[in-house]
Amino acid sequence: MARTGPKNTALRVLVWLGVILAVLTAVLAGGTMAGQASWAPKLALDLEGGTQMILAPKVEGGSDITEDQLNQAVSIIRQRVDGSGVAEAEISTQSGRNVVVSLPGTPSKETRALIQASADMNFRPVLQAGPGAAVPTASLTPEDQLPKPAAAPANSSDVNWITADVYKKFETLDCDKPSQDKQERSDPAKPLVTCEPASAKSPAIKYILGPVEVKGTNIKTSSFQLQRGAQGAVTNEWAVNIQFDEQGTAKFKEVTERLYQFFVAAGGQSGSDPKAQFAIVLDDQVISAPRSLAVITDGRPQITGGFTEQSAKALSDQLRFGALPISFEIQSEQQISATLGGEQLRMGMLAGLIGLLLVVVYSLFQYRALGFVTVASLVVAGSLTYLAIAILGWTENYRLSLAGVAGLIVAIGQTADSFIVYFERIRDELREGRGLVSAVQNGWKRAKRTVLASKAVNLLAALVLYFVAVGNVRGFAFTLGLTAIADLIVVFMFTHPTLQVLSRTRFFGEGHRFSGLDPKRLGAVPLYRGAGRIRTPEDRPAVAVRAKNSGATAEAARRMTIAERRLAEKQEQGKQGQLAGSAKSAAKEGK
Amino acid sequence: MASFATFGNELYTGKRSYDFVGSKKIWFLVAAVAVALSILIPVAKGGFNLGIEFRGGSEFTVSNVKTTDATVGEKAVTGVVPGSVPRVANVAGTTMRIQTDKLTDDETLKIKDGLTTAYGVTDNEVTSTFVGPTWGADVTKQALLGLLVFVGLAAVLMALYFRTWKMSLSALAGMLVTMFITAGVYSLSDFEVTPSAIIGFLTVLSYSLYDTVVVFDKIRENTAELQASTRRTFAEEVNLAVNQTLVRSINTMMVAILPVGAILFIGAGLLGAGTLRDLSLALFVGILIGTAATIFVAAPLYAWLRQSEPDLVKQARRVEQRRAEAAAKAASEATPATA
Repeated sequence: MARTGPKNTALRVLVWLGVILAVLTAVLAGGTMAGQASWAPKLALDLEGGTQMILAPKVEGGSDITEDQLNQAVSIIRQRVDGSGVAEAEISTQSGRNVVVSLPGTPSKETRALIQASADMNFRPVLQAGPGAAVPTASLTPEDQLPKPAAAPANSSDVNWITADVYKKFETLDCDKPSQDKQERSDPAKPLVTCEPASAKSPAIKYILGPVEVKGTNIKTSSFQLQRGAQGAVTNEWAVNIQFDEQGTAKFKEVTERLYQFFVAAGGQSGSDPKAQFAIVLDDQVISAPRSLAVITDGRPQITGGFTEQSAKALSDQLRFGALPISFEIQSEQQISATLGGEQLRMGMLAGLIGLLLVVVYSLFQYRALGFVTVASLVVAGSLTYLAIAILGWTENYRLSLAGVAGLIVAIGQTADSFIVYFERIRDELREGRGLVSAVQNGWKRAKRTVLASKAVNLLAALVLYFVAVGNVRGFAFTLGLTAIADLIVVFMFTHPTLQVLSRTRFFGEGHRFSGLDPKRLGAVPLYRGAGRIRTPEDRPAVAVRAKNSGATAEAARRMTIAERRLAEKQEQGKQGQLAGSAKSAAKEGK
Repeated sequence: MASFATFGNELYTGKRSYDFVGSKKIWFLVAAVAVALSILIPVAKGGFNLGIEFRGGSEFTVSNVKTTDATVGEKAVTGVVPGSVPRVANVAGTTMRIQTDKLTDDETLKIKDGLTTAYGVTDNEVTSTFVGPTWGADVTKQALLGLLVFVGLAAVLMALYFRTWKMSLSALAGMLVTMFITAGVYSLSDFEVTPSAIIGFLTVLSYSLYDTVVVFDKIRENTAELQASTRRTFAEEVNLAVNQTLVRSINTMMVAILPVGAILFIGAGLLGAGTLRDLSLALFVGILIGTAATIFVAAPLYAWLRQSEPDLVKQARRVEQRRAEAAAKAASEATPATA
C-alpha cells in the first residue's frame, strides 16, 4: 500500500508508539538484567517498610537542644532527603530531643552521610600555617617566647588573635592522627586551630585561622562541575561553585580586598605570606585554603580540594540545602515494617479493579464499540505509566505509596476525560451532518485545543508543586505530572490515530448501530441523502436557525468548511433558478 | 439506553436546555449557603480533627514481643480510645512501634497495660515517649506557597489562553467553592485529617480547574464570533455551551468517580479507617462538587461578569430587535392565513 494520507500517517504514529513502548520495556529489561532495576515498581515506606534512624544531637556540655534548632534540623534534613530523589521519607522529632528519619529501603552510605553531615561551612582568613605533624615535645616553643598579643586585634587577619594558648594548641595539634571525637562547634568569633587533611596531592597542613568572616548562611546556592584550567580546558579536578547572597558578596569582596594586599605586599606569585590565604572551613576542617590572587567582587568563589565527583556533588547538595544548626549522631538504625498492612494495599487494588471494571461497563454502555477504544487507550496509558514508574524507581528512587496508588486510580478519570471530550466532539460533528472521516478530523482539531489547555493546568500544578513543596506533596506532584504526560502521549499517539484508522472501516464508517457513532442515533441528518435529495435548511439540526436573517447566515457561513460553503452556494443557486422571477424573501416563499 | 444519546442530541441542538445561566441567582445563593456552612461547621466543631502526622502524639515501644501481629496493637489502642487511628509497625524483629494521637496520662497508662498483655511482655518492656509531627509546619508552609504560586500561574495561563481575565476569575471562584465545600464535608464526616486527605484535596483542586477549562473552552468556541451574530445573546451562548458539554461533564464525572467510589465504599467500608478512606472521601466529594461548581457557579459567573460590557449589551439589543422583528413577521404571516 503506497497510499499516503491520514490513514498512513495514523499507522505511522501507532508504530512510533509501539517503538516507544518497546524502548521503555528494553530499558527496564536491561536494568533488571544488570540487577539494578526490577519489574515490580518500588514501594514506599507505608507499603514496604524501610529503615528507621534515630539521630541524637551532639550538644556541648549537655545543654539541651532548643525546639527551634530541632525544627530547623528536621526541615533541612527533609530538603536534603528530597534532593536525593522522590522517595517519600518521614522525618519527625522524638521526645523533643531526637530526630527520627524513616526511609524506604536500605539507605546507601551517601544518603546516610547526607542526612547526618552538619555542613556548617564558613570562611576564615589564615593567620599562620604549618606542616601537619605535631611539633616534637623537645622543640616546643618555650613558655616565655610564646606570642603575646600587643593590642586588641583590629580585624580578622590581625596576628594579635594568636594568644599563647592558641599557639600552644597549634603546636601540639597532630593532623596526621585526626581525632574522632569532635563534640563541639567552634566559636565563630574566636580564632580556630585546625587541619586540612592530607590529600593525594599534598600532605596535611595545620592552620591558625582568624574569626569567621563570611558565614555559610550567606550561601545562596551551590553547584559542582569539573574545574576549568587557565586555558579554559576542562581538567580532571572536581570543583564546587558557590554563589553568595548580597550580604555575603559584599563581605567576601571586603575580605579578598584585604587579603589581596597581603598577596601584593608579599611579592605576588613568588611570595608566601599565609595571611594572603583564606580558608574554606567545613565542619571545622579546612577543605582548601587558596591565596587571594584577585579581589572577588561577584560573590562566586569556586572551591577545589581533592574532590571526587561524588564528594563534590554531596558537598554542593549539603550547601544548597543549608547547614544543620547542630551535629547529629546516628543513635540507632533499625529495620521497620510497613505501617499499612498488606491488607490495605490488597483492598485498595481490589476496589480499584472493581472501579475499573465499572468504568469499562460504563464506557461500553455509553460509547458502544467506541468504548473499546477507551479501554484500549486506558490499557496503553496504564502500560506507559507502569513502565515509567518502574524505570523512575530505578533511576530516581521513585516509590509508590498507597496515596500514590490511589492517585493513579483517580488518574483513570482524567485520562478517560480526554477521550470523552474527543468522542463528544466527534459526535457533535456527526450531528452537524458530517461523514465520519471528516468528523474525526474536525472533532480532533477542536478537541486537541481543549485537551492541551486542560492538561496544561494539570502539568502546571505538577511542576509548581514539585519544585516548591516538600515531602509527601512533592511525591504527589510527581505522580500527577507523570499521569498527565502519559495521558497526552496516549491521546495523541494512540486514541486519535486509532480512530483515524477505525473511521475508515465499514463498521464505524457506516455508523453501525453498535459503533457508538451511529449518525441516526445522534440525530444527524446527512447533507446528501441519496437519490438527489439534499438536506434542506429546515433539516439542519445542529445550528437551529429560527428565522432567516443576514447576521445568522453570515455566521453560519463562516463556520462552514470550504466544501460545505460551495455546496451551500450551489444549493442556493439551484433554488434561485427554481424561484426565478419570484421574490426571494422567506415570507413570500412561505405563502 | 437510546434516551441518553437523544438527551445528548437535544442538549446539543438546544431543543432541551437547562437554564444554568438564567437561574444564576438561585445557584449563587445555594453555593453561598453551602460555603458559609462549610466555614461554620469546622468553626462550631472547634477546628479540624488533625491526625498524628500534623500534631504529633505518643509513641509506645514494645520490646521482645511474642507476636508481631499489628492488629493486636491496634485493638489495644482502639479499646481505650475508640475511633483513633493508631499506626503500628514492626521494628527490628521483635520490637513493635505503636503511634497514637496525643493521649492523657490516664489513657497512656491504660494503653500501656493493654499492650503489655496483648504482646505478652513484662511491664518494663513497654516504653512510651512523645513524637513530633512528620508533616511539620515547614511542609505545610511549602505546600501553601506552592498552591499560591500554582493558582497565580494558572490564572495567568487561563487569562492568556482565553484572552480574558474574567474567565480566570470565574474559574478560580468555582475552585474556591469546591475547596470550601469539600473541606466542610470532610469536617462534617469527623474523619481525621491525614496527609492522604491533603493529597486528595490537592487532586481535587487541580481536577476542579481542569474541568472548568474544558467547559470554558467550549464557551470560548461558541462565543468567539458572537458580534457577527444575532442568533443568541452572550448569556444564551454560554448556557448553550454548558448544555452542549453536559453529557461530557456527566460522563467524565462518572468515569472519575466510579473507581473512587469503589475504593470509598468497598475498600474503606471493609477496612475502616485509614489512608484509603481519607483519600477517597476527599476525592469523592471534590469531584462531585468540582463538576457541579463549573456548571452552576463558574459558567454563570462568567456570563454575569461579561454581560454588562457595552459591546455585548449592544449585541443583546440586536438579538432582541431581531426576535421582535421575527415575531412581528410571524404575526403578519399568521394574519393572512387566518383571514
